Amino acid sequence: MIIQAKNQAIEAHNLTVIYNKKPVLWNIDFTLPLGEITGIMGPNGAGKSTLIKAILGLVALDSGYARVFDKKLDEVRDKVAYIPQRQSIDWDFPATVRDVVTMGRFQSKGLFKRMGNEDRRIIDEALSQVGMSSYAGRQISQLSGGQQQRVFLARALAQQAELYLLDEPFAGVDASTEQSIMDLLVRMKRAGKTVVVVHHDLQTARHYFDWLVLLNTSLVASGPSEQVFTDELLRSTYSGKLTVLSRVGDQLRDRNFPVRENGK
Amino acid sequence: MASDYTAFFLLQDPNVRLVLAGTILIGIIAAITGCFTFLRKRALAGDAISHSVLPGVCLAFLFYGEKNPLVLMSGAIASGLLSLVLMEAVTRARLARPDTAIALMLSVFFGAGIVLLTAIQHQGNAAQAGLDKFLLGKAASITREDLQLIGLSACIIVGLIAVFFRGFYLISFDEDFAFSIGFRVKFLQFLLSVITVWTIAIGIQSTGVVLMAALLVTPALSARMWTDSVVRMVFIAGFFGALSGYVGAFISYTAPALPTGPWIVVSATLLAGISLAFAPGKGLVSRWAVHQKNRRKSTDENILKLFYQLIEKSGGAQHGLLEEDLINQRSFNLQTLRTGLKRLIRKGLVVQLAGVYSLSEAGMSAATRVVRLHRLWELYLQRYLHLEPDHVHDDAEAIEHVITPEIEQMLAEELGYPDKDPHQTNIPPETL
Amino acid sequence: MSFQVNDWWILLTTCAVSLCCVIPGTFLVLRRMAMYGDAISHAVLPGLVAAYLISGTKAGPGLLAGAASSGLLVTILIEFLQKKVKVQHDAAIGLVYTFLFAVGVIMVSQFAGMADIDQDCVLFGEIAFVPFDLIAGIPRQLLISTGLLLLLLLALWAGYRGLYLSTFDPGFAAAIGIQVIAWHYLLMAMVSLSTVIAFESVGAVLVIAFLVGPPATAALFSKRLPGMFLLGSLFAIVSSVAGYFLAMALDANVGGCVSLVIGVVFGISVLIRKYLFRE
Repeated sequence: MIIQAKNQAIEAHNLTVIYNKKPVLWNIDFTLPLGEITGIMGPNGAGKSTLIKAILGLVALDSGYARVFDKKLDEVRDKVAYIPQRQSIDWDFPATVRDVVTMGRFQSKGLFKRMGNEDRRIIDEALSQVGMSSYAGRQISQLSGGQQQRVFLARALAQQAELYLLDEPFAGVDASTEQSIMDLLVRMKRAGKTVVVVHHDLQTARHYFDWLVLLNTSLVASGPSEQVFTDELLRSTYSGKLTVLSRVGDQLRDRNFPVRENGK
Repeated sequence: MASDYTAFFLLQDPNVRLVLAGTILIGIIAAITGCFTFLRKRALAGDAISHSVLPGVCLAFLFYGEKNPLVLMSGAIASGLLSLVLMEAVTRARLARPDTAIALMLSVFFGAGIVLLTAIQHQGNAAQAGLDKFLLGKAASITREDLQLIGLSACIIVGLIAVFFRGFYLISFDEDFAFSIGFRVKFLQFLLSVITVWTIAIGIQSTGVVLMAALLVTPALSARMWTDSVVRMVFIAGFFGALSGYVGAFISYTAPALPTGPWIVVSATLLAGISLAFAPGKGLVSRWAVHQKNRRKSTDENILKLFYQLIEKSGGAQHGLLEEDLINQRSFNLQTLRTGLKRLIRKGLVVQLAGVYSLSEAGMSAATRVVRLHRLWELYLQRYLHLEPDHVHDDAEAIEHVITPEIEQMLAEELGYPDKDPHQTNIPPETL
Repeated sequence: MSFQVNDWWILLTTCAVSLCCVIPGTFLVLRRMAMYGDAISHAVLPGLVAAYLISGTKAGPGLLAGAASSGLLVTILIEFLQKKVKVQHDAAIGLVYTFLFAVGVIMVSQFAGMADIDQDCVLFGEIAFVPFDLIAGIPRQLLISTGLLLLLLLALWAGYRGLYLSTFDPGFAAAIGIQVIAWHYLLMAMVSLSTVIAFESVGAVLVIAFLVGPPATAALFSKRLPGMFLLGSLFAIVSSVAGYFLAMALDANVGGCVSLVIGVVFGISVLIRKYLFRE
């Protein structure tokens, strides 16, 4: 079931990503609604993180394109904040909590302009919103998993974006942190922001998200949570009976065949 | 010069035989040991160990006072092992990342070696002459005692590897699994480290500490290109190592003033270059050939498909086609189309009479199959991947070329032997 | 043993060279690319020799450019082997730099008579000869390394955010539109330049100690990047000075002694952190 959103924040068209000759995303085509919280769900290896990266242009696309706020991504980059998976970062890096949040201002300041009072105010505000003000001077390796996640969130807040893409923000955080992050996301939504979250816990998904995308290499469903969260759709997402597709993927890899006629 | 060459190749000079035996033996055991260094992804640690044996050699000389091969080798092994232990301790205590620990030990140990070496040189000890041959290697300096030591070490090292082959093989692949089935992983790791350091310690005679890492890794890398079996890899690497050693000995004989290490490394790297380019399957040329073959296959099948589509369009009336008909139907590069048509004629799939092309019976059947696969795949995309009918064509254009008869069967079965594609055109039935 | 003008020149040059190495070295350590420093420092040799042979002189920007571009060549070759030929990372590095270094040594020994460079210089450098190559009364090496230091400081000041962010979180950096690849190559160019300078003074291998040692020691203590640069510079200077006096005492090679001291400073720092900074 694929329902198109009325006011579109993100539009993906025929996205295909092949990694090491194995299809990770196959022909994804959907629209996501403006000003709502969307969850991207699917089993391990379903391509959830890759989908976010594809929207952000962080991975090479083998076909298709994505548009954000009906524009090319490069034209609206300053309206988009990305929160990578926590594990993708070197937490031993010599930086304090405040240093990381300051990075959120680099985009609007460019590579050279100095931080002004306004920037400092935004950074303080972001830190206090996630409840990390008292940790501002702490080195990032000395934080718990939940605190690290909140630092990332504060960095995204400091970007003052319109669209927030979060990759597994609840992985490895305790229940109370999860709740406080979720509260913050709801507040952001009330402020008119669009939030997209990669998530893997089915239990909480229905309550957390207004809109759901079910993914298993290909798109299984996209639509309002209450319509998408059905046993049948979840089963076809998680049981993954796309044997033919995976056999074709093996053929592509073994024979080194391009996935598009004039592609790589 | 010419007589030099013949003297070398005919092994007339007993000294040539000595040097040659030494360098070849070193090449072989370094390559064999190096296979495990390579498989455990420790090439850079191997580099650090090679540099780290230098202070050991110098200290051993300082204490003993002369260049006894056994003493120097023991010193080399001791300092090589010390650097390895420190490297692992620093990494394990999370004081530095592995790459930093490797670089640090490499340069600090080598620095200590240089300090000792220059200090010894400035003392003007007559016996020190030639200690710096360990930096870049000098095969010609291999003496009878050296060769005895090399030979004995080679026997022991090869013997140990043969005996513990399965253990080394498994810890290179998956240490946790090896541990879980009761292998003594710690012991095996330690033994392999000792063997590696030992190999380096005897190898610096010909190759020198600075470039010894290449003799460990480059032949192993080359061998890996030719085979997927570790046993075969060990033999092929040994062969490459021996060849490189041979070159080193030759250079040392014809141009005694030159260091041999760089020549050994250059010849090993040339062998690697040949392997990377020409090895069947993994080599660049071979992969390029596959790419070309794929492109030819796509072109041929696309042409066949054109025939089918034009015949279908005309309701079966039109059989003979001109080049223009084909070009008009699909934007082909004229040259590509012509070479494609020629290939198809050669294969007996297309017949040409006075500029008019038509499908042979076999051609018709091949064309039908491609169209069938295209339309089956479109239907699959629509049903299982939930794509809109106007989004399925591009994907099918590529995938139709890779579907095997077996996958075709699975497809047809999953789709319930359909006869209409998403655009409501007929899916031609299976042909025989 | 009296301390004369020449000693001052050598000491100052050593300090300048080691400071040049701290700047790119810090990023190498943070990016887990320390061994790229190893690879580049070896691989600039053929470029250096070729430039000597062509220009017939050691001075001149052509030399720097030639050697620096061979540093970039290494990076590109390693990436080619990894991506196109699917060679594993460590083996790709090992293959490329041993080969280029071997070619360089062969060139040195073949053309030994034609260029003012020999095997010892390649391996230990010739910082002791610094005072004998003067321009307007100041050693050429000191002038060049000070000039490079200023250039690197400028690059660090101008590119701080780009280098910092593409090192810490490349995904985020790319998402906000920073050209991560371009910064990668800028860093490699910085490494190549400081390597070329350090090469003449301390030789191919000991450059790595200068690149990696002080930043690795600084990383034991600093919790912020600016602190890491300052501490790293401090360690670099301390090691250079102590190393120089050690070399005088032992009558041994300066570069080797400085590397040895860099190792000792790291060791002492590990102990200090363990016993004094325990939390």
